[in-house]
Amino acid sequence: MAGLRCLCRMMGPLLRSPGLRGLSAGWANIPWGQEPEGHLPVGKLYGGRFTVTQIPGDGVGPELMGHVERVLSAARAPVEFEVVRVDSGSPERRGIQAAIQAVSRNGVALKGNFETAVGGTPRHRRSLNVLFRNELGLFASVNRYRSLDGVCSAAAVRAGRPRAPDMDVVVIRETTEGEYAHLEHESVPGVVESLKIITRRRSLRLAEFAFSYARRHRRRKLTAVHKANIMKLADGLFVECCRQVSEGYPEVEFDAVIVDNATMQLVSRPGQFDVLVMPNLYGVVINNICAGLVGGPGLVPGASYGRRCAVFQTAIRNTAPRLAGRDTANPVAMLLASCLMLDHLRLGDHAQLVRRAVLRTLTAERVRTPDIANGRASSTEVVDHVVRLIEEDVPSRSG
Amino acid sequence: MAAALTVWRSAVQRLLGAGRSWSPVSRSLSEARTVTLIPGDGIGPEISEAVVKIFDAAEVPIRWEERTVTAIQASSGQWIIPPEATESMNANKIGLKGPLKTPVAAGHPSMNLLLRKTFDLYANVRPCVSIEGYKTPYSGVDLVTIRENTEGEYSGIEHVIVDGVVQSIKLITEDASRRIAEFAFEYARNNQRSTVTAVHKANIM
Repeated sequence: MAGLRCLCRMMGPLLRSPGLRGLSAGWANIPWGQEPEGHLPVGKLYGGRFTVTQIPGDGVGPELMGHVERVLSAARAPVEFEVVRVDSGSPERRGIQAAIQAVSRNGVALKGNFETAVGGTPRHRRSLNVLFRNELGLFASVNRYRSLDGVCSAAAVRAGRPRAPDMDVVVIRETTEGEYAHLEHESVPGVVESLKIITRRRSLRLAEFAFSYARRHRRRKLTAVHKANIMKLADGLFVECCRQVSEGYPEVEFDAVIVDNATMQLVSRPGQFDVLVMPNLYGVVINNICAGLVGGPGLVPGASYGRRCAVFQTAIRNTAPRLAGRDTANPVAMLLASCLMLDHLRLGDHAQLVRRAVLRTLTAERVRTPDIANGRASSTEVVDHVVRLIEEDVPSRSG
Repeated sequence: MAAALTVWRSAVQRLLGAGRSWSPVSRSLSEARTVTLIPGDGIGPEISEAVVKIFDAAEVPIRWEERTVTAIQASSGQWIIPPEATESMNANKIGLKGPLKTPVAAGHPSMNLLLRKTFDLYANVRPCVSIEGYKTPYSGVDLVTIRENTEGEYSGIEHVIVDGVVQSIKLITEDASRRIAEFAFEYARNNQRSTVTAVHKANIM
């Protein structure tokens, strides 16, 4: 308790800093606030610097983390990274427990994705990402998909869609239960049962999170995505919980949409959606559709929240093994994720500094990696540009 | 008129293809084929009527047998579709169906699900082709989705374990999976398609 008070005293000057005013105007910032038990996931502050766990992950993860470190040091962000490497390929999954403990300890993490093999026996090939989430109690994944002027994925342009549709959609996904319960068994040879679990407690928890997010960010509408016409009990329970919570938030309009219709509407007219809330598997699908619409997995940052900690990563959890080591991975998503992390640590002015530089590089200066239309730069060139913009900006900050 | 029919038939062949062979025998107008028509709910009746009208005008050799489909409870307590509809479909082997509505808290299983279970409609084939002259977000789309329609998440097996905890069972069997795979590859072969892509979430399930 005394430690917490001391921490709050140290946070005072930070909270009063002018950069904080920019927060409400920025992207998905400010973590979710008061939690039933009253604990806020805060960062660990030692000697004026925050300690954040960094988990590089597989594929392009390590190189993206390198870019983040470069950019954050250029921005003079008072953040120390505690790097924990996890060997996801080894049978005993070396490092995963250390990573979980480090995140538990520090409360904040920046994470790459772990590769998960397809098939194999459930007990031994369980996804490390899911294990990580479950052990840390990360129950809500929040990704904001906002189309940027003049930015579109190269693949979409080749497919005949020259610009991203206007959209600003927040996708909130339940990440602890649903289809990811990892409860499967072969009752009879050739017949497999996979259990999808939905509970009232977790659905209410997610709905509460989603509505308070909507209220805090002044979002007008919240839509639950479900398949309750087929899974009447499971998804029916989820929608009922959302409806129950919606009564406490009269200023936020609530409606429910069946997942097949939702995906069709998203592809044709994404502008009609504001905040989408859904159970686990639909969340993966909807997230990927939205990412595809705004310009691809290289652009969008995301955050996962739990009671005790917050983890920041790219919205789309791919490791891109084919791009690893070739200096062509798009660093934007991970850099923007680190901005979300800075916002969470109440380092709003640093967050805005980095974010401004990244967005300017992407839109006005048009320095882009090949996954974005008209992109020819390498990752390093993009990061060089971002660092240059930050360094130009830094003297004016201290002035 | 014959030319129009040939064009129509080759288009239908292209779109429906597989699983059965179309013998290119030209049917005379007197040899009409009977097809069950299920108009359905909502916009169903209107769009079905449109088809009937157009086929009439084109003098397509099809005779429609209209049936309504609702969920009724048999003496055994099981939900079934009206026996007239079942008989008609079993006799004709081909049906044209409009959308069927199932209210969320209906008390009976989905109508579409009932139909699928009754006739073991295991393959749901949807050809998606960009129509020239009709602008859509993406151009040059030409893909076919084939969906296994009898199991998976649509098993309808759900339980309340304790109050507030619900379990929904997704069933996957080797037989059904093999059957749909056979269908898909047959379709691809019959329609000169080069790639079959399986969509899954096997890294989690």
